[in-house]
Amino acid sequence: MEAVPEKKRVTVDGQDYELVFGRPASLTSKPFTYCPGCNHGTIHRLVAEVIDELGIQHRCVGMASVGCSVFSYEFFDFDFISCAHGRALAVATGVKRVQPDTVVLSYQGDGDLAAIGTAETIHAANRGERITTIFVNNAIYGMTGGQMAPTTIIGQRTTTTPEGRDEHRIGWPIRMSEMLALLPGVAFVARTTCHDAKSILKTKVAIKKAFRAQLEDRGFSMVEILSNCNVNWRMTPQDAVNWVGEEMTKVFPPGTYKDVFAEDQEKARADAPSKTKAQSSEKTEV
Amino acid sequence: MLLEEYIFAGFGGQGIMTIGQFAAYAGMIQGYDTAWIPSYGPESRGGTANCNVVISDDVIGSPHTHSPNGVIVMNAPSFDRFEPEVRKGGVLVVNTNLATQSSERSDIKAAYVPCADIALEVGNEILVSVVALGAFNALKKVVSDENMEQAIKWKIPQARKDLIDLNVRAYYAGKEYLEST
Amino acid sequence: MSAQRVFMKGNEAACEGAFRAGCKFFAGYPITPQNEVPEYMSKHIWDHGGTFIQSESEVAAINMLMGASAAGARAMTSSSSPGISLKQEGISYIAMSELPCVVMNVVRCGPGLGNIAPHQGDYFQATRGGGHGDYRTITLAPNSVQEMAQFVYLAFELADKWRNPALVLSDGTIGQMMEPVDFSEMPYVEPPDKSDWCLNAHQEGRERHLITTIYLLAEDMAPVHERLVKKYERIKKAEVRYTDYMSDDAEILIVAIGSPSRVARSAIKAGREEGLKLGLLRPITVWPFPYGVIRQYAESDRVKAIVVTEMNWGQMVEDVAMAVSGKKPVHFVPKHGGLTFTPEDMLEPIRAIRENPMNPETLWVQT
Ligand SMILES: Cc1ncc(C[n+]2csc(CCOP(=O)(O)OP(=O)(O)O)c2C)c(N)n1
Ligand code: SF4
Ligand SMILES: [Mg+2]
Repeated sequence: MEAVPEKKRVTVDGQDYELVFGRPASLTSKPFTYCPGCNHGTIHRLVAEVIDELGIQHRCVGMASVGCSVFSYEFFDFDFISCAHGRALAVATGVKRVQPDTVVLSYQGDGDLAAIGTAETIHAANRGERITTIFVNNAIYGMTGGQMAPTTIIGQRTTTTPEGRDEHRIGWPIRMSEMLALLPGVAFVARTTCHDAKSILKTKVAIKKAFRAQLEDRGFSMVEILSNCNVNWRMTPQDAVNWVGEEMTKVFPPGTYKDVFAEDQEKARADAPSKTKAQSSEKTEV
Repeated sequence: MLLEEYIFAGFGGQGIMTIGQFAAYAGMIQGYDTAWIPSYGPESRGGTANCNVVISDDVIGSPHTHSPNGVIVMNAPSFDRFEPEVRKGGVLVVNTNLATQSSERSDIKAAYVPCADIALEVGNEILVSVVALGAFNALKKVVSDENMEQAIKWKIPQARKDLIDLNVRAYYAGKEYLEST
Repeated sequence: MSAQRVFMKGNEAACEGAFRAGCKFFAGYPITPQNEVPEYMSKHIWDHGGTFIQSESEVAAINMLMGASAAGARAMTSSSSPGISLKQEGISYIAMSELPCVVMNVVRCGPGLGNIAPHQGDYFQATRGGGHGDYRTITLAPNSVQEMAQFVYLAFELADKWRNPALVLSDGTIGQMMEPVDFSEMPYVEPPDKSDWCLNAHQEGRERHLITTIYLLAEDMAPVHERLVKKYERIKKAEVRYTDYMSDDAEILIVAIGSPSRVARSAIKAGREEGLKLGLLRPITVWPFPYGVIRQYAESDRVKAIVVTEMNWGQMVEDVAMAVSGKKPVHFVPKHGGLTFTPEDMLEPIRAIRENPMNPETLWVQT
């Protein structure tokens, strides 16, 4: 059950208005410092909206990882701890085990989650830690100035793959969602994008499910969000967004890779074959 | 001043570590300061294992005994390694079922005990080291038999009363063998 | 004779000390010679209302500790030398975050994989911070199974008092040996309430709690450094601990910690029987180091020389030399490779030092 937000009213110049769009309570008033066109801001907002809608702001504890989102705690308005590069999910494990009433959010980039922190990621997921991870895959190391990431795609130029990523020299882009989906400890894992309005809405649905998996004590959850880094990709924001939709999605297909809620429904349907299909209304594909 | 330093050595699985703990615990309840330390890690993988026991009426320095005045060797390699280390006037107990050597030294007291045979008679070959301990302590007499019994009861879970009894019997069987020879 | 004495291993006694101090979280990764710690924890911590995690690595363990500590729990990890190297990253972050926690190092012989025998090669690492950045960790050096329990207990207290990581710098001998322990001085305590700063689920209305180590602007960082430095200065004034043995009339003072300090005690007794006036000064905290008391000995006319015995190539001896600052000759008697001292190993060079306090064989010369 989610709380239906009340209609808020604001007074501007003595005039009374209904507030139709505002800053989520879970965000501070500090303006984002991300580059123009970067999706980190979009994703922050989606996460904050979901937290507001679930009414869990004061239960949330965030893990700030190392990457462009290192200062994410400046923007999210709840308890936070800043972690060493790659270690967010280990720190998160400690927090959640000691304070099981908290709702733990880990916000990580691809270098953080899929290179230096691979072991922490796989094992937190495999232990089924009740943690929700937002994995921002921008196929590059944004913060350090555009080096190759584990998710850099074949042929993509970065400052450390100046001729484009060559799989014979450095291997292939790593698909974390597909990998983690194999682990029984994982309750929910989906890959979404943020390259248009529709995909942004789907991302929000996925984020909410990921938190639900934690709130209902089902296991580890992660949403991998394909994001852009127009600055280090050396593209205009529009070209960068297009590149996410056209190129990145070929290598990293959006979809739901593990969803215990859908499995529940599947099972319920199998157990009660007489009931009609129409009764299951929830859409699982995001 | 009392300073007893023991090395008990044999194959892993013979119960060497356990008899060392029996002796050290018995020493403790007798009022002494005691210490026990195992040889640990790869050394104890290669077949031979040993532990050191120190019993003293003063605060114990190193738990590692570099010149023991009491040694039990449960197999041939342990005999070769530790027989020369026994301090002058010290005691050596040899399990003759696995170590067929005998000591040429006249400055130590050596006792030869068919520990495995006696253990089988008592009821189980796993008691082999406890038999050796019984013989060893019959020579040493540093801690009382009652305290050794207490140590056996401390180490073995109360629920395994059968095992406690077997161990106690093995201990006295070793003692009796020595006293009768 | 106290009826309270129980016979146990150093590594297990350390766990009992932790339980009595209210430790509620342990994460660790297997490594000899400290395996009894995670084993004992995994068996018993649940009965004390705590949580055990066998982590995927030492790096993960120390970071789990950071989370557990940030969430308000008394938390501990343990390892041996190679694993402690991996933990240094986390210890640096924890020190900077000013989070309390206890880290035990049952030191084995390095560098590299080395071997699993007792050693003291991690002294510098433990007393100089160990990871990157300018920080210190309170470091206690036990020399008995009793002190394994007691110092872990004390480490929790000091860690909370100063909001700083506290290390227990043990060695393979102390971790592996069994000895009688008396827990009567270690009553079970309720861990302190940390809800005024820890991360937790809370009612609306309280300021949010933020724990961070990043200060991009030098102007922002400088006051943080200053705060830390001032804290370290206060710790140095308040927490220096040491004990001595027969040092009142000693002409040659031995300085030793850990298992060599036990052998030193035997050497002193044997030495005094042959007329060598020996005494022992044993630092209990190696950071903060008891420079002051060693300086006092060095300034005494009675003391002819100071002998440092370590199972390494000379680490603590540098602290001792700093304290003595040239007032008396400082000698260094080492043991390498994981070999352990006998009393005679110490007495032989000491006899030579008595003959010639400047004996070049053992004289410690700073190069
Ligand atoms: C141990 C360590 N190694 C390297 C760095 C430097 N570093 C900071 S951020 C970063 C990469 C971050 O990339 P990603 O996680 O993809 O985040 P993004 O900036 O792309 O959002 C690196 C290598 C560090 N902080 N710590
Ligand atoms: S560098 Fe890239 S990832 Fe970082 S804020 Fe700018 S656009 Fe975003
Ligand atoms: Mg990135």
